[in-house]
Amino acid sequence: MDLEYSDRHKALQQELREFAAKEGHRSPKSGGGRKRPDRKTLDWQALLLERGYFARTIPKEYGGYGAEPDVVEAAIIADEFNKAGLYPGIMNQGISMLVPTLLEVGREDQKKQWVETTIRGETIWCQGYSEPGSGSDLAAARTRADLDGDHFVVNGQKIWTSSAHYADMMFLLCRTEPDKPKHEGLSYLLLSMKTPGIEVRPLTTMTGRAEFNETFFTNVRVPASQIVMGRGEGWRVANVTLKYERMLLGDPNKLLYRLSRIRDLMERTAVDGVRMLDLPEYRERLLKLQGEALAWKYHGMRLLTDMANDVDSGVRRLIVKYVGTMMGHRLSSLAVDVLGAAGLSYDPQGEDKDDDEATTWHIDYMYDIGLIIGGGTSQIQKNIIGERGLGLPREPKTQAAAR
Amino acid sequence: MRFGLSDEQKMLDESVRGFLSRALPLDEVRRLAAAGSGYDAALANGLTEQGVTGIIVLEEYGGVGLGMVEAVVVAEALGYAAAPFGFAGACVMAPLAIAKAGDDGARSELLGGIAAGERRVAVDFSALAGTTGAAELTLDGDRLSGTVQNLLDPGAATDLLVALADGRMALVEADAAGVKFGLRKTVDRTRPLGTASFDGATARLLDGGRDVAKDVLQAGRLIIAADSLGAGQRMIDQAVAYANEREQFGRKIGSFQAVKHTCSELVGMLEPCRSLIWYAGYAREHGMEDAPLTILHAKSHLGEITREVSRMATEVHGGMGFTDLLGLHFWFKRITFDRQVLGGPERCRSEAATLQGWAAA
Ligand SMILES: Cc1cc2nc3c(=O)[nH]c(=O)nc-3n(C[C@H](O)[C@H](O)[C@H](O)COP(=O)(O)OP(=O)(O)OC[C@H]3O[C@@H](n4cnc5c(N)ncnc54)[C@H](O)[C@@H]3O)c2cc1C
Repeated sequence: MDLEYSDRHKALQQELREFAAKEGHRSPKSGGGRKRPDRKTLDWQALLLERGYFARTIPKEYGGYGAEPDVVEAAIIADEFNKAGLYPGIMNQGISMLVPTLLEVGREDQKKQWVETTIRGETIWCQGYSEPGSGSDLAAARTRADLDGDHFVVNGQKIWTSSAHYADMMFLLCRTEPDKPKHEGLSYLLLSMKTPGIEVRPLTTMTGRAEFNETFFTNVRVPASQIVMGRGEGWRVANVTLKYERMLLGDPNKLLYRLSRIRDLMERTAVDGVRMLDLPEYRERLLKLQGEALAWKYHGMRLLTDMANDVDSGVRRLIVKYVGTMMGHRLSSLAVDVLGAAGLSYDPQGEDKDDDEATTWHIDYMYDIGLIIGGGTSQIQKNIIGERGLGLPREPKTQAAAR
Repeated sequence: MRFGLSDEQKMLDESVRGFLSRALPLDEVRRLAAAGSGYDAALANGLTEQGVTGIIVLEEYGGVGLGMVEAVVVAEALGYAAAPFGFAGACVMAPLAIAKAGDDGARSELLGGIAAGERRVAVDFSALAGTTGAAELTLDGDRLSGTVQNLLDPGAATDLLVALADGRMALVEADAAGVKFGLRKTVDRTRPLGTASFDGATARLLDGGRDVAKDVLQAGRLIIAADSLGAGQRMIDQAVAYANEREQFGRKIGSFQAVKHTCSELVGMLEPCRSLIWYAGYAREHGMEDAPLTILHAKSHLGEITREVSRMATEVHGGMGFTDLLGLHFWFKRITFDRQVLGGPERCRSEAATLQGWAAA
């Protein structure tokens, strides 16, 4: 353990405080994630990249800042942004899932072509994994991609495709080797959503908004070079992406940020003239969650250290998605309880306008259930923790725990 | 000693459930949720015929003259159906307040209308319930001023019943001079809440003292708890059906221990709640000493359990549960709503502590 702040760390902290004071007003309130980033968000993103407060360790040639990994630096940046209430940069499926996948297993030309525009928030990606018949059993995907000259021709259907209605690109898991066993017949393709033959139909969710879609493919031609790794290696690539997806879904910084917002809410909200923060039964809940979130924060630092040192975190990493999304649910549960009856108001504005506070929390409260399910359900996570993490035997008569 | 519904109560249950399942197929719930008024004349007329609007109103005033056990049975059925219909406030709290704190004139004038479904009374007890958005009201003689924002059952309301912090209750006509009354959309589109501002509006004072107002509030809490029981049961039934149908890895998902155990856990959590609700209804009906405590626990315990049920039952459905396609979310939102109105679990437990002398008042 060495968490001592060196002079360099102290300087970074000072620099961040000055940055917050001087540039903080340029920070968007929220953004990225669930909608296409607007101009303000893109400008902010560019500023963060230039300063190295985002994509700090991504090599310069791919548009990053090129710093050596350093957990203390990462923690300082997250802390200072959180304290100053600054938007920490865009998190979306391209940035948090595809980019690290390409950095880990992509070809040089693929990294050059996609990493920079993606981390700048300019290229938006969606994830074409799930199908109506294959959700948990992801490796059963049936969408076909058949080679025809120097192109794959894609036919089939995906479902629950988040952001497909505004994405530029998709990373697609499809079957290229129908004669091989299930897990060996898949490939991972990158394709433009503007390719002829793609139809995107919105699916309304429980929030009342259409955050995801059904995506249909009819003879969609994808250059054969746009494959990541080789034919039949799609399952391997898909699992690299899933690893990062699950890290994203359990991200401690998001949870810590939420915690501080709930604290503010409890300070502003009163019942019978008493602030919620002064009501022991609510304060207890907040404190319990603070304890959970702190453990989670330090757990995250440990994982970052593992990653920087190429250490396999094993079960430590496998718990992230399950534990983090459940914590998210407990946090938003507290928030909607604090909002109470007055805060049952709900009037989502769609993807381009900001929602009021009550609506935002209720969307989170519902969306958190979606996150518990998406990216591999809690039950599947627990299977994976038990089987891959702890070496427990499989349930009788099931194939390998997928996803 | 018999702990269970009587034959008559079972018949009532079957009859109301039968009517609701015919009147409210999912598409109809969807249509009424989109309309968002919290009221539908055809549905309300049908429920009136079933005796729902007059369930606790004495026969001499044109009601059915039944008690709180019957009322919780009806509430569970309404929750099960996600009915866009105001019951807790309009059909239980309001007639109870009038019966207990009104004079003969008020009773004979108002109760018959409520039983007949012609008078629909929205109620706001936030000043006593310990919720956010508390009422701010003053009564000067018979002139009511101030605002409320948590009116329960505001759909097509003809009258508004509000409680002041000192326990006085005031009844105002919704379209009277000096009253501005409107709906606000909630996360549960089948049930809006109402907002109103009063500017010296003429009110009928119902003053039975603070204990009466509190008692009316407790009755409402019990009914809301029973409503969430129905909603929770519906989600469990749907989860079990889905687990029996959906296949992954070449198997019914219900054959995975994780899913099977989830379903078992759900039943283990919810089934005892039904016993608690029935007991609370009985205890209240018979004026038993432990009725208030049981009701506080019913409201808080159901709030906690049904939140878990709403999450876990949705999880069993996978991505499908998060979509609008199956409509499962109507019950999720009903549970969300029920937890917050008339005082959430924390508040009810803290009242329970005070009631037992475990905490200072
Ligand atoms: C908000 C949200 C966003 C999403 N975004 C995307 C996206 O962008 N791209 C994409 O491709 N997909 C996306 N998904 C889909 C998501 O990955 C799937 O919903 C998820 O993997 C579950 O699959 P399913 O919906 O088919 O559920 P099912 O697999 O049918 O699962 C139903 C139930 O059975 C259980 N179950 C299944 N198999 C087992 C087993 N072996 N052992 C124990 N229990 C089991 C599950 O845990 C669940 O409770 C998203 C989903 C949500 C909710």
